[in-house]
Amino acid sequence: MGLIDQFKKLEPDKEKRPFLHTVYDGFFTFLYTPNFVTKGGVHIRDGMDLKRTMVTVVLALQLCYVFGTWNIGHQHFIALGEHMGYFDALHLKIAYGLTKILPLFIWTHIVGLGIEFFFAARKGHGIEEGFLVTGALIPLIMPPDLPIWILCLAIAFAVIIGKEAFGGTGMNIWNIALLARVFVFFAYPTTISGDEVWVSGIESTAAGAMADYSWWHTGFFNGLFDWFGWSTFDPMATVADGYTGATPLALAYQGGWEAVTQVYSEGQMIWGAIPGSVGETSKPLIIVGALILIGAGIGSWRIMVGMLLGAIGMSMLLNVWGATPFMEVPWQYQLYMGSFFFAMAFMATDPVTASSTHRGKWIYGAFIGAIGMIIRVMNPAYPEGWMLAILILNTFAPLIDHYVIEANMTKRLKRA
Amino acid sequence: MIEVNRGPKRAITEVDSLADKEQQHVVTEAPDVAGASREDIVEFLLKTGGWSLIDQRPYNVLAGRDVEPANIFISTFDTAPLAPDLNKVVEGREAAFQKGLDALGRLTHGKVHLGLDGRKGHMPADVYANATDVEKHYFRGPHPCGNVGIQIHHIAPITSNMKVWTLGVQDVITIGGLFLNGTYDATRVIALTGEPLGEHVYVRTQIGANIAELLKGISVDDNTRIISGDVLSGEKKSANGYMNIESDQLTAIAEGDHYDMFGWLVPSKALPSISNTYPNFLFKNMKFVPDTNTHGERRAFVVTGQYEKMLPMDIYPQHLMKAILAQDFERMEGLGIYELSEEDIALCEFACTSKQPLQNILREGLDLMREQG
Repeated sequence: MGLIDQFKKLEPDKEKRPFLHTVYDGFFTFLYTPNFVTKGGVHIRDGMDLKRTMVTVVLALQLCYVFGTWNIGHQHFIALGEHMGYFDALHLKIAYGLTKILPLFIWTHIVGLGIEFFFAARKGHGIEEGFLVTGALIPLIMPPDLPIWILCLAIAFAVIIGKEAFGGTGMNIWNIALLARVFVFFAYPTTISGDEVWVSGIESTAAGAMADYSWWHTGFFNGLFDWFGWSTFDPMATVADGYTGATPLALAYQGGWEAVTQVYSEGQMIWGAIPGSVGETSKPLIIVGALILIGAGIGSWRIMVGMLLGAIGMSMLLNVWGATPFMEVPWQYQLYMGSFFFAMAFMATDPVTASSTHRGKWIYGAFIGAIGMIIRVMNPAYPEGWMLAILILNTFAPLIDHYVIEANMTKRLKRA
Repeated sequence: MIEVNRGPKRAITEVDSLADKEQQHVVTEAPDVAGASREDIVEFLLKTGGWSLIDQRPYNVLAGRDVEPANIFISTFDTAPLAPDLNKVVEGREAAFQKGLDALGRLTHGKVHLGLDGRKGHMPADVYANATDVEKHYFRGPHPCGNVGIQIHHIAPITSNMKVWTLGVQDVITIGGLFLNGTYDATRVIALTGEPLGEHVYVRTQIGANIAELLKGISVDDNTRIISGDVLSGEKKSANGYMNIESDQLTAIAEGDHYDMFGWLVPSKALPSISNTYPNFLFKNMKFVPDTNTHGERRAFVVTGQYEKMLPMDIYPQHLMKAILAQDFERMEGLGIYELSEEDIALCEFACTSKQPLQNILREGLDLMREQG
């Protein structure tokens, strides 16, 4: 094999240049699965390794990426009252979405992988692939207009304090992606709550506010699209009359399901053409991702079903209580709004931070569903409950496992 | 005797001996199985060497001579990859098998339990199905359901102060032969398996046969691994090594010391996997040649619930492994370390995404527990 020999010539000295060697090793194992053979124990191994596991999760997220890119653009133009149809000016919506999602994606990886490489070199072990998934998740759970420096700070916090301090991939207690988000949430709340942050590229949601374009839009893309003879970004565009930018959850809090349906149709909410975090809005595409994870045996269906049952059960209880309009929202409609499915498919199922026993997974999932619903419906300060509910249950997952295992041990010792 | 080979700390690992051209047997007068006392039977087995064929659990070690086991377990089918058909192995030696069962029945105050093949399309041989004075249990399912450890767990699980014995079918036959003819029949039927060997054949040979002799006339590529046992829990041997006493199978498999470009990504070729991410998940009859490549690097435990799928026991393997690594004796015992031996956990190790050496970890734990008494 010619290419591999070329590649091996580049290998830096491990002793003299540990950091470069770590980086080289990271890229080399990325390019080639190593030639290790089994020693002692089993003689054949499953084709699945942690890289492939992580990459499968990233692949399962791709539909959310594609949809999210379009939806950033779509929501932007809805606010301006232009190109209101789903398929109108696709090129503008995608181009606009790319200018928002690419910086998020690239900076996430520069900061996250940089820290990962640094610690791998310090500890003298290979680069572990945990950040592949974290890095793919973070852009999807942030508001599209989040300032990049806040993003970088959040990721540095999450990776250093949340992961490396505990020993790296597989050792963390809390979900890294959510830790990054919760950092933004508490340190810079105005960038991630309220009505305005979920729609990109407008100065405010008030009618007449200006659209906010950069050189990429007015210079690069307008030049390109002009040349094709397509429609272009209008730098003078303003926010349309009567536009509120409120998310379904914000509307439900004010006026229940009725208030929501006055602005959004059920189809819009299900398919995800609503304002929100980048990748969380389209339910069918998230469910496709969830099925990929279940099919590949990576995501736990027990956690997902447990969470679904917990959320449905709790919203039924709240229906019975019915003290506020939000409590009265029928349980099935609760699932249409917010990021329930994204949290269920990709966040709660992180195997490192979830419960690790079968019975524990049911309990863990159900509690996330129930607590998340309580936070969503009863607390006006938090627009959505899943992030906090998952982090709370991350904390309690070892305790749940502890009792499941104690029960197993007691049963066994009783037999003696 | 030709030579004695020593391993680490000068422990004896191998004693090579040359078999006589003409096999001669010492004939010992056997006690009557039904009439003799238990002591006489034990004495006879110790004297004739039949005792060394009995394994004891927990720890999967040689049976203690002053132990009276709670039960004795024998699995009459093997579900491991390319495993020999134990119906064939017993052919022509049925009387010795039943005699062996009778003798074992005298050694325990419990029962002799026979695990029988209850899988669809499989029929246990008559000698198994009609065996007398034993408790019969049918088992159905994929590997490791033929493992005696799994069967014990579902019949009468091992608890902390309990000792049970296990034997292979051919061990029972040898013991039966001792009582039947007074001679030690060291004959073993061994299956030669694995892709590099071509068509699978059964050969009749002796315990501890020389591998080069067994493979005479078969051309095997240099880059082939020879295993005494199956690919999951067998032991790697040199081409001129010797079979292990408990092995009824020799497996050859290609070494996998090659690089795979984007091996973690491309689903183009078929590989053994439980993950449904390779094309053989969709095309069930797709053929592939497995090799010894690890398909990835070792990592910390990340994925959960994977081992439980591979181990049909009420045990949490991942937590047990962590308890062993932490040397937490109470947990090891509570989580069922006594019920396991390496072969039971082998399939979990195969499937392990993090490429952890579970069988080694388990053995460490078992040795630790044993040292602590």
